[in-house]
Amino acid sequence: MSEKTPLLQVKNLKQHFRISRSFTVKAVDGVSFEIYPGETYGLVGESGSGKSTIGRTVIRLYDPTDGSISFDGQDIGGRMNRDTEHHLRTGMQMIFQDPMACLNPRIKVSDIIAQGLDIHHLCKTQKERNLKISEILEQVGLAPEHADRYPHQFSGGQRQRVGIARALIMRPKLIIADECISALDVSIQAQVVNLMKDIQQNTGCAYLFIAHDLSMVKYISDRIGVLHMGHLVETGAKDEIFRNPIHPYTQSLLSAIPHPNPVVEKRRVAMSYDYREFGVDYTKGTEHLVEGSHRVLATDEEYANWTA
Amino acid sequence: MQERQRILSIRGLDISFQTTAGDVHAIRGVDMDLYKGETVAVVGESGSGKSVTMKAVMGILDRNSVINGGEILYTYMENGKEKTVDILKMDRKLIRHTINGRHIAMVFQDPMTSLDPTMSVGKQITEGMLLHEHVSRREAWKKAVSLLTLVGIPEPEKRMKNYPHQLSGGMRQRVVIAIALACDPDVLICDEPTTALDVTIQAKILELIKSVQKELGISVIYITHDLGVVAKVADFVNVMYAGNIVERGLINEIFYDPRHPYTWGLLSAMPDLDTNDSRLYAIPGSPPNLMHEKEGDAFAPRNIFALNIDDRVMPPMFKVTDTHYAATWLMHEKAPKVDMPPELKARIERMKKEAGQ
Repeated sequence: MSEKTPLLQVKNLKQHFRISRSFTVKAVDGVSFEIYPGETYGLVGESGSGKSTIGRTVIRLYDPTDGSISFDGQDIGGRMNRDTEHHLRTGMQMIFQDPMACLNPRIKVSDIIAQGLDIHHLCKTQKERNLKISEILEQVGLAPEHADRYPHQFSGGQRQRVGIARALIMRPKLIIADECISALDVSIQAQVVNLMKDIQQNTGCAYLFIAHDLSMVKYISDRIGVLHMGHLVETGAKDEIFRNPIHPYTQSLLSAIPHPNPVVEKRRVAMSYDYREFGVDYTKGTEHLVEGSHRVLATDEEYANWTA
Repeated sequence: MQERQRILSIRGLDISFQTTAGDVHAIRGVDMDLYKGETVAVVGESGSGKSVTMKAVMGILDRNSVINGGEILYTYMENGKEKTVDILKMDRKLIRHTINGRHIAMVFQDPMTSLDPTMSVGKQITEGMLLHEHVSRREAWKKAVSLLTLVGIPEPEKRMKNYPHQLSGGMRQRVVIAIALACDPDVLICDEPTTALDVTIQAKILELIKSVQKELGISVIYITHDLGVVAKVADFVNVMYAGNIVERGLINEIFYDPRHPYTWGLLSAMPDLDTNDSRLYAIPGSPPNLMHEKEGDAFAPRNIFALNIDDRVMPPMFKVTDTHYAATWLMHEKAPKVDMPPELKARIERMKKEAGQ
C-alpha cells in the first residue's frame, strides 16, 4: 500500500468555529489521514465528534482553520485558483444524509442530476446531456422515465439513489458519503450499500464513508478512523481495528454494537468510556504506530498501559 | 411457566386515514397481546403501521383517522379491583384523564422535540403527578428527584432546575423516561427510544429501561426497526409489514427459527460483525403504498419465494409452535418445501454456536 500515492491527504487539519470573543468550538483539532484511490475509508464516532465537519471541510464547504489538504496532487487547503477549484469541484462529490432535504423539491430529477454538468459546461448538446442522464439513472437502478419526475414522487430509497446519481455524473474520484444510509430503512439500507459497492467496482472511485453504525462501516470500509472530540484516536485497516482495538474509546464503541443474537445480546454489557474518568488528554497524545497502518493517539505512558 | 396475566389485548384492529388523495388503509387487522412484566417488540419498516398501532393504544391518533373495527382491551387495577376497558370505545378526554400517563406511558423517539424547551426538567416531571395524583408540590418534587436518581442522572437536585437544552442527548432521553415513569404506569411504550442516540448511549439507555422494568415490574412495548435492539430487550417479537403482523413468536424462535420470507430478509439485511459476503442480502423493491388495496399477500411482489396463491388470497396465520405463528403460504402443508437462504442459515448456525458457548 505504501508505494501508492494517496488520493486525498489530510494533515493536521483543524476546524474551529468562533462562537463569541471568548468561546471557540474546536470541532476538529489536528486530524491526519489519507485515502488511496479506489478504497473506502470509514469515519466513525459519536454525534458531535466532528466527523461531518471533516467531510464538509475536505470538500471545502468550510474554510479550514489550519492544516493542509491535498487532493490528487493539488493543494486544496488554502485559497484556490480557478483551476484548482475546478479540479476539486469536478473530482470530489458528496452524498448527503437526508435524501428529502438535499434535493430541491421544485426542479425535476433530470435537472437535479445534471446540475453539475450544467455548471461546468460539460455537455455541448442537449442530446449528450440526456444521454448522460439516462445512463446514470440506469446505473443507480432507476428507469429513464424517472427523469421527468419531481423528488416528492419517489420513495426514500429512490431519493437516495437520485442523490448518488447526482454525485456520480461528474465521474468523481472521491465521493464523500455523509451518513448517507442512516435515514433509510434496514431493507433499503442494504440495497443502497450494495449499489455503492457495485459503483466502486465499476468506476474505481474512493469513498469517505461517514457513519455511526459500526457494523455497516465494517462491512463497507477497507480502513477505518475512529473520531472522538475532534481527535482521530485510532485509525487503521478494518481488521487491525476490529481484531486489536487499543484505545479505550474504540473498545467501548466496539462493545456497544448490538448483535442480532438474542442469547448473546442479553448477556452483553456495554463498556463505558469517559475520557475525564480515564484521565485522557487528547491534546497531549502523539500518534503511536501499532502495526501496518494502525495508529493510536496516546501519550507514551498511556500507550504502554493500553498495550500491556 | 407461571400464570401469565394479560394486560393488553388487541384484536382485529383496523384503521385507515382519510387524506386528500384518498383513504390510506394503514392497519389491516392486527392482533397483539401483552402480559404483565414482559417485553414485547414490534418490528417493521417505516410505514408498516407499528407507530399507528401504539398511538391507537394511547388514544392519540390523528384527527383524520377512522377506526373500521377491532378492539383494544386494557385490564388494570383500580381501587383494588380489576377493571377491563375497550380503549377504542372510550372518549378521547376520558382516555386522557384515566389511562394516559397514569396507566400507559410513552417514550418518544427524539428527546429534543418531546421535551418542552421553556420548562425546567423538574417542572416537566412533576407536571403529570400534580395533574393525575393528588399530591402536594413538595411530595411531587421529592418523587421527581428519586426518579432522576433511578434513571441514573448524577446530582439530581441540581438537574431539576436545568432546562432541556442544558443536557446532552442521552441525559434528555433519561429525563423523558423519568417523566414517563412519574405516575407509576403499568405499561411503558417506547417508540424508537434510541434511534436518535449514539451507539454507546443507546446501549446504556436500553440497559436502563431493562433495569427499571425489573425494579418496578412493568410491561414494556418497544417499537423499533433495529433488530439489534430487539435482540437485547425483547421476550416476544411481532414482525409487521404493510399493516399486518406477518410473524410473531418468542425472541429465540424469531431469531433462530424464522419462517416468514420477510423476517428472513430483515435478518439477512443487517450485517453482523462476522459477515464477510461480498454483497449484502437486500429485499428487492420498496414497501407498498397503502393507498392502493392489494389482493393477496402484500409482501408478494417483493418476495422471491412467492407462490401463485400469494397474489390472490391473503395467507392466514400458520402455527409453528404454541407461541410461534407466521402468515405465509409456505407454511401450508401443500406448499413446496422452501428453505431459508443458505447465507442466513449459516449465520443462524453461527449464532447458535455463539449462544451455546
